[in-house]
Amino acid sequence: MIIKRKDEKMKSVNELNEIVSQVRRDIVRMVHACQSGHPGGSLGCADIVTTLYFREMNINEETGTDGFLKFSRSGEGEDMFFLSNGHISPLFYSVLARRGYFAVSELATFRKINSRLQGHPATHEHLPGIRVASGSLGQGLSVAAGAAKAKKIKGDDGTVFVLMGDGEQQEGQIWEAAQFAPHYKLDNLVAIVDWNKQQIDGPTDKVMNNRDIKAKYEAFGWATVDLADGNDIQQVVDAVTKAKALKGQGQPIVILMKSEMGFGVDFMMHTHKWHGTAPNDEQLAKALEQLPQTLGDY
Amino acid sequence: MKKYTYTEKKDTRSGFGAGMAELGKTHPKVMALCADLVASLKLDAFIKDNPERFVQCGIAEANMIGVSAGLAISGFVPYATTFANFGSGRVYDQIRQSVAYSDTNVKIAVSHAGLTLGEDGATHQILEDLAMMRAMPGMTVINPCDYNQTKAATIALADHVGPAYLRFGRPVVPVFTAADQKFEIGKAWMVNEGKDVTIVATGHLVWEAIQAGELLEREGIDAEIINIHTIKPLDEEAILKSVAKTGCVVTAEEHQLNGGLGDAVCQLLSRYRPSPVEMIGVDNSFGESGTPAQLMEKYGLNAASIVEKVKKVINRK
Repeated sequence: MIIKRKDEKMKSVNELNEIVSQVRRDIVRMVHACQSGHPGGSLGCADIVTTLYFREMNINEETGTDGFLKFSRSGEGEDMFFLSNGHISPLFYSVLARRGYFAVSELATFRKINSRLQGHPATHEHLPGIRVASGSLGQGLSVAAGAAKAKKIKGDDGTVFVLMGDGEQQEGQIWEAAQFAPHYKLDNLVAIVDWNKQQIDGPTDKVMNNRDIKAKYEAFGWATVDLADGNDIQQVVDAVTKAKALKGQGQPIVILMKSEMGFGVDFMMHTHKWHGTAPNDEQLAKALEQLPQTLGDY
Repeated sequence: MKKYTYTEKKDTRSGFGAGMAELGKTHPKVMALCADLVASLKLDAFIKDNPERFVQCGIAEANMIGVSAGLAISGFVPYATTFANFGSGRVYDQIRQSVAYSDTNVKIAVSHAGLTLGEDGATHQILEDLAMMRAMPGMTVINPCDYNQTKAATIALADHVGPAYLRFGRPVVPVFTAADQKFEIGKAWMVNEGKDVTIVATGHLVWEAIQAGELLEREGIDAEIINIHTIKPLDEEAILKSVAKTGCVVTAEEHQLNGGLGDAVCQLLSRYRPSPVEMIGVDNSFGESGTPAQLMEKYGLNAASIVEKVKKVINRK
């Protein structure tokens, strides 16, 4: 099965900017509503995940009788996305809902009892769009490598994307996977490291300096793509385009994405403090003033 | 006492290798992954016939579990293989999140479990794995007793959708189950019907239980022997039915007393049919170097120990 993207669905940079503003609104509203969750990394990665789902990934555009996109967990014939740093689930859920996998109204159930939108992404409640649970860090690159290997065996030319945090690069399993992917020439695998230089306990350099992440991936045999500003959609599009052009050349690809945690909400930026903190009513109002409603709130 | 004989001794891991070789021919979606222990896991035949369906992962077990999850999501049936120590405790969180909680169809197939790994000593003699895997929601846990049963279990798992932990061992042991047996996951195997005591055994202890049954018969004790190859889901009905008849139980496993088959049986009986139980297993200790036979004797995991516990438990009735 080959699933072709309908070109008319390919969003322009301007359109992506509009969508991502709404996604950021969703994120802060979701976290506010349950007074828990992780807004910082969600806001920082909003541009890349939105760009992947609304422009760069080939996904099955068919809808079911319920009007939602048909989701196949196996991702056969499609590009696949894995979120390894699962704590930025508000972003993942917003993008999936806005893309049409489930009703945006369901975002209101985030982290609440009996919800499909668990604190960290899970398959257990069968939320369309989720292929594996994540949240315990360091596992997503391995899972994505397995999916990329499967595509190679099946002769499926889809691309497998995986997003990780930079603090997450401190996990040993990342480097097990980092040596696996080049060994098997998984040149259909595009990893993205959200290099925002912050983690829960403070700046990454202070908590556990993981030094030159790019040099490490190069040494492990990866092709690298620099993304100087992961919060500039045009640059994000260019980086993903460049990464895709490197496909099929015998090396897995990693995009080193410099981003700003909390991007889009001024008081959440330039600090690690909003990694896992929910805004109060006043802070929510202040945040929403900075994020135009474009697609309509859920 | 029903007679059990054997003509040869083989290792259960070779049963796994034979099962994989057959799956290589019959199940095109089955894949094998290994963390630098191909010869120990007896995967040579599978790899020779299906090189494209084998993934060498090197000494990186955590990644192997994740890669297996990715392959399973994509429709393959991966068997992730290594020693039991490295396929359970070392990768517990990877199994928990990427396999069990994600309900990916990954089979964790592990060798060299328990004391019978022998000379390598306690670093490699995992005696806690059944407890860990039993505690994991959704995990099927299987510990077969001989070559033929391990082969049959390996093949049966390919058609079972869901995460599973298949545990086997290193030493050669009598091959006493039928080569053409049908392996039914979760269904206990009645080894011998008796009326005085129920011996519930798993893995290498099943043969010891048969030996014990013969010794007991000479003393006029009629033992019912049940092989629980599937620790989870436990065949509760078979155990309860047997204990209704015999009134007491001895459990036997190559594992810690904490959290293994014995614990599972005690939990069952205390809820539905409180009865005297004696347990054979390793009591809150690590193993050590030695030959398998020496170790099983020193830690009381043999026929003689079973006989002793049977007499004790009958007196408690």
